[in-house]
Amino acid sequence: MSTATDGMEEIVKEFLAESTEGLDLLDRNLVELERDPKSQERLGEVFRAVHTIKGSSGMLGYPKLESLAHAGENLLSGLRDCKLALHPALTSGLLGMVDALRELLNAIERTGSEGDGDYTSVMRVLEELPRNSAAPADTVMGGSADAPADKLQAAPVASVSKIRVDVGLLDRMMDLASELVLARNQTLRFASSQTDGALLSAAQRLRRVTTDMQETVMKARLQPIGSVWNTFPRLARDLALSCGKQVIVEMEGSATELDRGLIEAIRDPLTHILRNAIDHGIETPEHRIQAGKTAAGHLHLRAFHLAGRVQVEVSDDGAGINHERVRQRALERGLITPEEAAGMGERRLVKLVFVPGFSTAEKVTNFSGRGVGLDVVKTNIERIGGVVDLQSVAGRGTTVKIKIPLTLAILPALIVNSGGQRFAIPQVSLVEVVRLEARFIEQLYRAPVYRLRDRLLPLCFLDRELHLEASVADGVYVAVLQAGAGQFGLVVDAVNDTEEVVVKPLGKELRAVTCFAGAAILGDGQVVLILDMAGLAQLAGIVADSRVQPLKPATEQGSSRDHAAQSWLVSRGTAGSRFALPLSAVARLEEIPATRIECSAGREVVQYRGEIMPLLRVSRLFHEPEQDRELLPVVVLRESGLSAGLVVDRIEDIVEQFVGVRSDPWCDLLEGSAVIQERVADVLNLKNLLAVARGAFTGGANDGSA
Amino acid sequence: MVSQRRLCTFYLDRLWFGIAVERVYEVIRLPAITRIPLAARAVAGLINLRGQIITVIDLRRRLGFEERPAGTMPVNVVARSKDGTVGLLVDEIAEIVEAPESSYEIAPDNLPADRRELVPGVYKLPDSLLHVLDLDKVLGGDGSEAQSGKVLK
Repeated sequence: MSTATDGMEEIVKEFLAESTEGLDLLDRNLVELERDPKSQERLGEVFRAVHTIKGSSGMLGYPKLESLAHAGENLLSGLRDCKLALHPALTSGLLGMVDALRELLNAIERTGSEGDGDYTSVMRVLEELPRNSAAPADTVMGGSADAPADKLQAAPVASVSKIRVDVGLLDRMMDLASELVLARNQTLRFASSQTDGALLSAAQRLRRVTTDMQETVMKARLQPIGSVWNTFPRLARDLALSCGKQVIVEMEGSATELDRGLIEAIRDPLTHILRNAIDHGIETPEHRIQAGKTAAGHLHLRAFHLAGRVQVEVSDDGAGINHERVRQRALERGLITPEEAAGMGERRLVKLVFVPGFSTAEKVTNFSGRGVGLDVVKTNIERIGGVVDLQSVAGRGTTVKIKIPLTLAILPALIVNSGGQRFAIPQVSLVEVVRLEARFIEQLYRAPVYRLRDRLLPLCFLDRELHLEASVADGVYVAVLQAGAGQFGLVVDAVNDTEEVVVKPLGKELRAVTCFAGAAILGDGQVVLILDMAGLAQLAGIVADSRVQPLKPATEQGSSRDHAAQSWLVSRGTAGSRFALPLSAVARLEEIPATRIECSAGREVVQYRGEIMPLLRVSRLFHEPEQDRELLPVVVLRESGLSAGLVVDRIEDIVEQFVGVRSDPWCDLLEGSAVIQERVADVLNLKNLLAVARGAFTGGANDGSA
Repeated sequence: MVSQRRLCTFYLDRLWFGIAVERVYEVIRLPAITRIPLAARAVAGLINLRGQIITVIDLRRRLGFEERPAGTMPVNVVARSKDGTVGLLVDEIAEIVEAPESSYEIAPDNLPADRRELVPGVYKLPDSLLHVLDLDKVLGGDGSEAQSGKVLK
């Protein structure tokens, strides 16, 4: 009994997957058909897709799907037999049907039934359309009246040579293939010391087969970029209609293949670029004609392989970016100084649209260029190791070029040593490697910096940030890294080879550690952690976007409002979280040797200035990892005669800034959160903290007294 | 009709623990392990298991026991949790036990709540109590409960 139901479930699953694909194809073909209504081939494809859905849904007992598809089919057969002529309302009606079908399919996937959605209005439109769409007598399409019925039925057979494969299975095959490479390398190493001819030739054979195997598995994960693009003509049409514009989407290189992980990763950025192009780039038909262009704007998508990478280009023939507007806007937003603005060439100006903060939530309707949320596009592309470039000629159009690696899975990385452990630095974020003697490192207010070609490079010591054993070597290597728009130097003990590593994500339990992007297996079979530059810069307190920060200091912004700027002490927990306290509550900052901590009534205390001061560890209060240290940084809090010591991981800074505290505490020990120096900090609730320290407070989920 | 549960058992600080046998893939010696700086204390690190990178949890730390005495080598039990494959460091592997369901009892109230989450119940077997470990909870915690220690004794 149960096998019969399982079989049925399989069939429905298959039907859903096939129909969804069919609908994507329909979207695209209908839009194409609108442009080229005489194409019998397209019409045939559209007809076939609708026909298949109708047939299958009838067989599986989905009456709503069936009747909708039936109505659509009627309309299409009218078109095919030249009784009707295609016009936008008819296309919209058919697209409406596609949407309704999709909705029904989703409902079936979620709940197993068609649900109680009402599609009578869609049906009515479909039924009424033929009356208003009679074909003009003079349009006679050649050979249309008898579209061969046998051709229609022959089509489904073509897909027999393909099967659906679970993605997890592909990933596992990829893992095994890379492990096979390791085993092969070990075998080869062993075989090279042997003289047995048979063994040597077997080892060589193993080598060849393994390489082929790895390549084949990689290929199995590739998908044509067309699977993302197929939705674009429809999207462009809808968007253009809603802004009263006309857009023709052209595609070149839809068959260009890339890893399926990347396909998903570029979907949103590409959609965003497309939206921007239609919304801001392409002009209204009137403007275009005035400018001597065709009424319909052209959007050209192009993808091709270039030097081991995939390049995707989105070009439009719209208005292009108005450089003066960009200059003005950047000045208004304080992103550049007037002197900088004067000296900036067009190419550099255009790049400003990628700067975070250039675009805002406010409406930019009269802004003729682009730039809404492009920083997000850039970040997303860079996250997958890609590069975005933008070229624009005023009046002629804009081209956005994206270069991405062929696969997410393989990443060239530099292997470095620090604190006796190896780490991988993705090559994409590496600018250069400098060797220097430790004495050349200077201190700027306690922040280590290095003068690299007369420019101050903020440094971060990997061993210190990760709490590893510090090295004692005099000479160190500095890997100059790009994080966001800024650079910083990562100090490591040694630099090894570069290796192509296969990136594996870290488990859920390790997501909180933001300075690692993943892990990989090196050639010797050992696991290495891959560093995440943005996370590392954040951990080290190096603001990644220092070069694009507004030049106006935060305090100025604050004083313009009627709140006075307040001083805050910002400290840091072991997991990289930031805590803020009003400076007025801080009596002193101390460093207390761990040996001086004593125990009283199950609580940690310390003798401090003739009194017994209870200690609170931030790490325990907020369940962060604990570090054994000899000297503990302690913030001595004092309010209404009560004092307590707050043990933090590090005291970071004192900030004078207007701070709006958002009151959304997830535990009673927090007042809320606030943005201090562009980053989020948890604002501690002083009253409750002191109460916990004195053992009087028992509320809240986190009893820190353990 | 006595229903039985098959459990793969092991020792941790001389206490007897068990997990459902169908969850266990294999028991191996600990290969070279890559430590993860800044991760929770209970996370021992990452290992390469035939091309798959898996997280290894030190169960002694996770359950708040004392550190394993120097010089003793832990055994790595590779098992399936709801968040994927995980390695569990235990002191010593023991036999597979058929425990009758009738001998099962949920953990008594004097076991603190955070421990009860990890050890939801025990089998009262003739020789000894067999602690049942909830595999799915092992990966979830942050390891900070390691502070209070020795509650299970």
